[in-house]
Amino acid sequence: MKLHLLLAGLVASAGLTGCGSLPQAWEKGNLARPEMTMGGDALEQRYQQHIYTSKEGASGGYGVGGGGCGCN
Amino acid sequence: MKFASLLLAAAMLCCGSARALEAGEAAPALEVPGVKAPISLAALKGKVVYVDFWASWCAPCKQSFPWMNEMQAKYGDRGFQIVAVNVDTKREDADKFLAEVPAKFTIGYDAKGDSPKRFQIKGMPSSVLVGPDGKVIKVHAGFRPDERKAQEEAIVAALAQLK
Repeated sequence: MKLHLLLAGLVASAGLTGCGSLPQAWEKGNLARPEMTMGGDALEQRYQQHIYTSKEGASGGYGVGGGGCGCN
Repeated sequence: MKFASLLLAAAMLCCGSARALEAGEAAPALEVPGVKAPISLAALKGKVVYVDFWASWCAPCKQSFPWMNEMQAKYGDRGFQIVAVNVDTKREDADKFLAEVPAKFTIGYDAKGDSPKRFQIKGMPSSVLVGPDGKVIKVHAGFRPDERKAQEEAIVAALAQLK
């Protein structure tokens, strides 16, 4: 009996925490704000990336574009 | 046995929102306040209605407005109506967006998000083409330049039914 209650609680809480808190497509206004991006200032990031690629002697591998062909 | 049914119940709780609106289904009710008068989808029965859900923070939404203006101007007199429901939590954000990208079609406001929930919207922007009989013809998420033609064709096909 006790086990059943425990299991019921577990299942119920899994359902609540796993899915109930996910933002829906129309609730992403705050997530779309510029301060929510992973990087900071765009220009600063570009400079950093430039220094990094110069030091490494290779570019690419951090995004979709750039496969190390040296063409960007 | 009891455990299995509990698991099933939990799974159903989880997946309740995963269901999507499909073509052929009756469109959910849409009653939202508009700029001047409230908007009701039921009142637009007999017309081909393009229900669009948009937000000020959604970049493709901004691209979609000129296209929707064009569609409204092109097919409006043939019984076509665009209803674009804003889902911003703050009305000022929506008004700022509209000042930048003017809309020549009906705008509705739903800050609580009840209508996108009922329409089971999965992405922003999303559009639901509703036929004159109140049934869903096409559901579409996103707005990409290469999809405009197919969207317009769906509108034209729906309008052909009208006559």
